[in-house]
Amino acid sequence: MLELRDITAGYERRRPVVSGVSLTVAPGESVGLLGPSGCGKSTLARVAALLHRPDAGTVTVDGVAAPGWRHRAPRALRTSFGVVFQQPRLSADPRLRLADLIAEPLRATGRRAQASAAVAELAPAVGLTADLLTRRPHEVSDGQLQRACLARALVLEPRWLICDEMTAMLDASTTAALVAVVEAYRARTGAGLLAVGHDRTLLERWCDRTVRWSDLAGTERVTAPGEGPAAA
Amino acid sequence: MADSHTSTRQEATAAPGPGTAPGTGAALAPGVTWHRRPGTGHRRRTRTVRVWVSAGLVAAVVLAVLVVPLLVPLDNQSVDLARKLQAPSLSHPFGTDEVGRDLLLRCVYGLRVSLLVGVVAALVAVGLGTAVGALAGALGGWADRAVMRLVDLFSSVPHLLLGIFIVAMFRPGVWPVILSVALTHWLSTARIVRAEVLSLRSRPHIDAAISGGASRWRVAVRHLLPGVLPQAGLAAVLMVPHAIWHESALSFLGLGLPAHEASLGIMVNAARGSLLAGAWWPTLFPGLFLIVPTLALAGLAGAWRERINPRRRSELML
Repeated sequence: MLELRDITAGYERRRPVVSGVSLTVAPGESVGLLGPSGCGKSTLARVAALLHRPDAGTVTVDGVAAPGWRHRAPRALRTSFGVVFQQPRLSADPRLRLADLIAEPLRATGRRAQASAAVAELAPAVGLTADLLTRRPHEVSDGQLQRACLARALVLEPRWLICDEMTAMLDASTTAALVAVVEAYRARTGAGLLAVGHDRTLLERWCDRTVRWSDLAGTERVTAPGEGPAAA
Repeated sequence: MADSHTSTRQEATAAPGPGTAPGTGAALAPGVTWHRRPGTGHRRRTRTVRVWVSAGLVAAVVLAVLVVPLLVPLDNQSVDLARKLQAPSLSHPFGTDEVGRDLLLRCVYGLRVSLLVGVVAALVAVGLGTAVGALAGALGGWADRAVMRLVDLFSSVPHLLLGIFIVAMFRPGVWPVILSVALTHWLSTARIVRAEVLSLRSRPHIDAAISGGASRWRVAVRHLLPGVLPQAGLAAVLMVPHAIWHESALSFLGLGLPAHEASLGIMVNAARGSLLAGAWWPTLFPGLFLIVPTLALAGLAGAWRERINPRRRSELML
C-alpha cells in the first residue's frame, strides 16, 4: 500500500503547489492521476517517489512511514520506486550510452555483475535494438530515449512505478508500446502504478481507476468505497 | 559584437552547396533565398587565423622553455660589466642588461619560471574553486550559504593586496608566489562551478539517479562533476595568463621571486633605471615575452570558450 496523506508541497513555503492532498495506491493497483498542466500533479508524483520533501504530510509505503526524502530515504526504500519522467532528454545523463543508462541503477547499488544480462533482457522488451544501445542520448530520438528511461526504471524490479506524463512527448504507437511494457511488467511482478497525465482517454484505458486532480485537492480520502487491495 | 559571432556561426558553417556563387546565397526552393549576413565569412576567417597564430605561439613558447635550458645553461653569476647595456646585435639578439647578461637567454628562463608558476597556480586555484563550488552546490542549504559568504569575504579584499599579504608571510621563492596566486583566484571558479552544479542538480536525471539508488558520492562524482569539468578546465586555461601577470606583478614589486632569479617581472623592474639612460631593450623584450605568450594563451582559451559555451561569455573573466 502506498499512502500519501495530507501532502502539502511546493518550492516556496508560502506558496505550496499541492496542499492537503491524500492519495492511496493499493499493491498491484494502477491509479491514473488526471490534471491540467501546472496543477501540481508532477510535484505530487515526486513526493510519492520520495524525490521531493513535502512541507507537511506523510508518505507511507507498505505500512512504513518514509523517514526522509531524496538521499535521506533509505536506499532500499528509494529503489522500490521506478520513476519515468516526462522529458527523456532531461532525465537521461547526456554522457551515458543507452546500455549504461539502463544499467546505471544496478551499478549504483553494487550489482555490476548483473548489468549486461539485465540490459540484454530489458532492451528487447522495451523495443531497443542492439545498435541503439551503444549510442548516447543525443544520437537517438525522444521515443527511443524514453524506452531506455523506462528500462532504467524497471531494472531494479521496483514494487511501485511512478510514470509522470511518461508518454506526453511521444506519438501514439510509441505510447501504446510503452504502456504495454509497463503492463507486462506489472502482470509479471504485481507492481502498483501511479500514472500521472493529462490525457483522459489514455489514463482511463490504462488504469484501474482514474482520479481527477480537482476531486483530489483538499480531500481526506480518495479511494472509493470497495476499492483497495481486494480490487487489485 | 560577440553575440553576432554566435548567431551567425551556424549559417557560416552550412556552406553553400556546389555550383552556387559564394556570398550570393543558394536557392533552397523557388522563392526562398538563403541570405548570408555580410561579414560572416570574414569574421570566421579572422577567428581561425587567430586560433592558429595563438596555437603556434604557444607551441613555440613551450618548445623554447623546454629545449633551450637543455642546450644553454643559465649562469646567474655571469656578470660582465664590460658588456653592460649593449644594444641588440647578432651575438646578443635582445641585447644585454645592466650587468652584461644576455637578455634573450634570461627572457626564456624567465618565461619558464612564469609558465611554471602560472600553470601550477592555475591548477591549484581551479582545483580548490571546483572543490569548494561543487561542495557548496551539492550540499546546498546551510553549508552552501556559509561557503558562499566566505567567498564574498575573500572577494571583498582587493586580490592583489591579499596576494601581497600572503607572499609577505614567507621567504621569497616560487612556492609562496604560487600559494599567493592560488589562494586569491579560486573564487570565480567556485562561483561558476556552484552555479553549474545548482542547475545540474535540479535536472530530472539527478532525480532518476537518486531513485536508482545512487549515493550522494556517486551522484556527485558520476553525474555532477563530469558536467562541470569543461567549465573548470576552461577556467584553468583562462587562469594561466592571469596567474603569470600576477607573478610578474609581485616580482616587479620586489615581493615575488628572489632578485637573482630570472623572472620577467624582476627583469622589467630592474630595467627601469636603464630606460632613463636610453636603453629600451631591457624593458621591451621582457615585456613582449610577458604579453605575447599570455595573449596567445588567452586567445586559445577564448576560442575554446566559444566552442563549449557560446552564449555565456561574460561570466568567465580573464
